[in-house]
Amino acid sequence: MPTDTSALDLILRADPALVGIVRLSLLVSLSAVVLAALIGIPLGALIALTRFPGRNGAIVLLNALMGLPPVVVGLLVYLMLSRSGPLGSWGILFTPQAMIIAQSILVMPIVAALARQTIEDLWEEYRDELAALNVGPVRRIFTLIYDARFSLLTALLAGFGRAAAEVGAVIIVGGNIDGFTRTMTTAIALETSKGDLPLAIGLGMVLISLVIVVNALAWGARRASERYAG
Amino acid sequence: MLTRRILIALTAAAFIAGAPAFAQDKSIVVSSTTSTQDSGLFGHLLPLFKKKTGIDVKVVSQGTGQALDTGRRGDADVVFVHARGQEEKFVADGFGVKRYPVMYNDFVLIGPKSDPAGVKGTKDIVAALKTIKSKNAAFISRGDKSGTHSAELNLWKVAGIDIAADKGPWYKEIGQGMGAALNTASASNAYVLADRGTWLSFKNRGELDIVVEGDNRLFNQYGVILVNPAKHANVKKSEGQAFIDWIVSPEGQKAIADYKINGQQLFFPNATAQGV
Amino acid sequence: MRAPSSDLPLMLEDVSILAREVTILDKITLKIAAGEPTILVGPNGSGKTTLLRAAMGLIAPTRGRVTWGGREEVPPARRSIVFQRPAMLMRSATGNLTYALAAARVPRAERKARADELLDLVGLAGRGDRPARRMSGGEQQRLALARALAKDPDILLLDEPTASLDPAAIKALEDIIRNVAARGIKVVMSTHNLGEARRLAGEIVLLHRGRIVETGDAQSFFTQPKTEDARRFVAGELLV
Ligand SMILES: Nc1ncnc2c1ncn2[C@@H]1O[C@H](COP(=O)(O)OP(=O)(O)OP(=O)(O)O)[C@@H](O)[C@H]1O
Ligand SMILES: [Mg+2]
Repeated sequence: MPTDTSALDLILRADPALVGIVRLSLLVSLSAVVLAALIGIPLGALIALTRFPGRNGAIVLLNALMGLPPVVVGLLVYLMLSRSGPLGSWGILFTPQAMIIAQSILVMPIVAALARQTIEDLWEEYRDELAALNVGPVRRIFTLIYDARFSLLTALLAGFGRAAAEVGAVIIVGGNIDGFTRTMTTAIALETSKGDLPLAIGLGMVLISLVIVVNALAWGARRASERYAG
Repeated sequence: MLTRRILIALTAAAFIAGAPAFAQDKSIVVSSTTSTQDSGLFGHLLPLFKKKTGIDVKVVSQGTGQALDTGRRGDADVVFVHARGQEEKFVADGFGVKRYPVMYNDFVLIGPKSDPAGVKGTKDIVAALKTIKSKNAAFISRGDKSGTHSAELNLWKVAGIDIAADKGPWYKEIGQGMGAALNTASASNAYVLADRGTWLSFKNRGELDIVVEGDNRLFNQYGVILVNPAKHANVKKSEGQAFIDWIVSPEGQKAIADYKINGQQLFFPNATAQGV
Repeated sequence: MRAPSSDLPLMLEDVSILAREVTILDKITLKIAAGEPTILVGPNGSGKTTLLRAAMGLIAPTRGRVTWGGREEVPPARRSIVFQRPAMLMRSATGNLTYALAAARVPRAERKARADELLDLVGLAGRGDRPARRMSGGEQQRLALARALAKDPDILLLDEPTASLDPAAIKALEDIIRNVAARGIKVVMSTHNLGEARRLAGEIVLLHRGRIVETGDAQSFFTQPKTEDARRFVAGELLV
């Protein structure tokens, strides 16, 4: 670990440890968002378009899960993936894969809940038109997802922001192993505890920039959707 | 349709790209304590071991209690901690194969330079703690069941103080690691018991300094244990044992002695001794 | 002249529709055959929209039946509707049309050219790139008409299509409707504009409180109404 260097120095010199940490954070959080999208969007669409007993309960639950505390998710995934847990044979505790799973569980409810809301609102509006255009059920789902694309993108970006910024889940299931499962947030926690503030601040600056970029993208998505939405 | 296909391709790519990049074929997981990790010792030892054997060591650092629990659950191959009683129980319960003493370091009492309790200069840790208690001087406890925490509790007991019953607002348990405890002490000008390694590598000292050191009762023995493959078949027995064999070998012991911060040796190898 | 599986004639046989115990349509029997446009008139809330939706197959009658070309439960492949408040998809004007063309199984290669023809037909040529939901009310109404024509229907149901149009646009739309009718498409349209009804109608259907009060050709409906209600409606005195 570098000593006596300023935070900005570390960033400008593209310190390899710092670059590796940023790369892993992005890889883990992006993969988690992709996984959450693959599950959350169809799930949201399904709940939006079907009626079944307990549906209102499912919606309330989904909305509540959006606020899942990361440490709780981390603990649950830890217990599942531990060698003594039901999925222990996978042997992926303390690996990036475990972190991806934990973060996708954190992000999935956000994606599913927002997808459900957007698709249901859109469906309310489109229902008669699509029926009149003789659109079948499969094409209907793809139409709704496509037309909700900007809102869904916003949801995915929100999910990415949550994943990239959380520390509770990844530190438990990843173990914060140097060069292997150390992300920006866990490194910040560690370096702060070691009193090594420059590296912590450097990573914090990268993380804040990332959050700003994500929000700029979300804003762009909103602008694009305003162009199409009346 | 197209977006979906791209998404699927991306996930697959993430997992495929992720897996080989991270999965070294020869690697072990060592669960250890935050103090060992924070002191920077592993950063010094592991490259030497890797060069010699090609084995990658992944260190998960937790409090001693949690580190032993990680081993108990079979999530680590080796545990490397400092709480002799708990370690011996770990082996006796069949979770570990054998405990090897490795090295010791010592605890130091850290406090504000202004020394509000007036304990600076004494070598007697027990007397110092009694004075802090009688003057209600601010004291930060790890409170996280770590090796350092149990050492602190033990010293209170030796001082004849039932800290669980006698603690007042002056005594704060933060339930976090060594670094966090030092940060808290630094921010609130409090006394805190720390291991010397973490203290030496700690950078955010503020007004803190060592006030008591050198008492025999402040020595802290580290042990290393292979998790029992008979309990958890996934334990990488030969690689884990290779790590233990190396660290207690003359070569490993020398590497420990060679680790210095600002010219100060942090850990004192004593693998051949019976341990403190 | 059309395919044998035509949706014509469209028959409503003793159709009643109830919503929460309230009768919205009451024992409607109506045969809609090829020919001049059929115009639905009647005060607000008399059931015009409901009748058109039943004719489209969007709501099932509580009692009675609706048939298309003698068959029940025919998917809406050969009939179209323009709603009173059409919903535009979140795409460009052209995107809305190519979507409807795709739903009508028009081969991909032909869609762009067909969409341009349709835009041209409703007087929106050159505005295809605009986001449909950002267009004016009148433009959306015309785009909805173009979209309804994408599947080349046997029957075109129009629910007050000129309600938000300026006088010139009304004239243009009436021309399009005549044009469409001349191509052999059966137009069924509701309107509150009696002048328009008179100009377009072959047949007039007067609805009041969910019942058909009077049907007849436009000429005699306006000059010699057979019922007292029809006379009062033409005079502007009939209320729900
Ligand atoms: N789903 C429903 N539930 C309850 N009442 C309904 C429902 N749909 C329609 N109605 C009622 O049925 C009556 C007929 O409605 P409809 O929309 O067919 O009238 P309309 O002739 O098209 O009127 P307007 O000229 O105002 O468009 C109205 O009184 C309306 O409130
Ligand atoms: Mg109406």
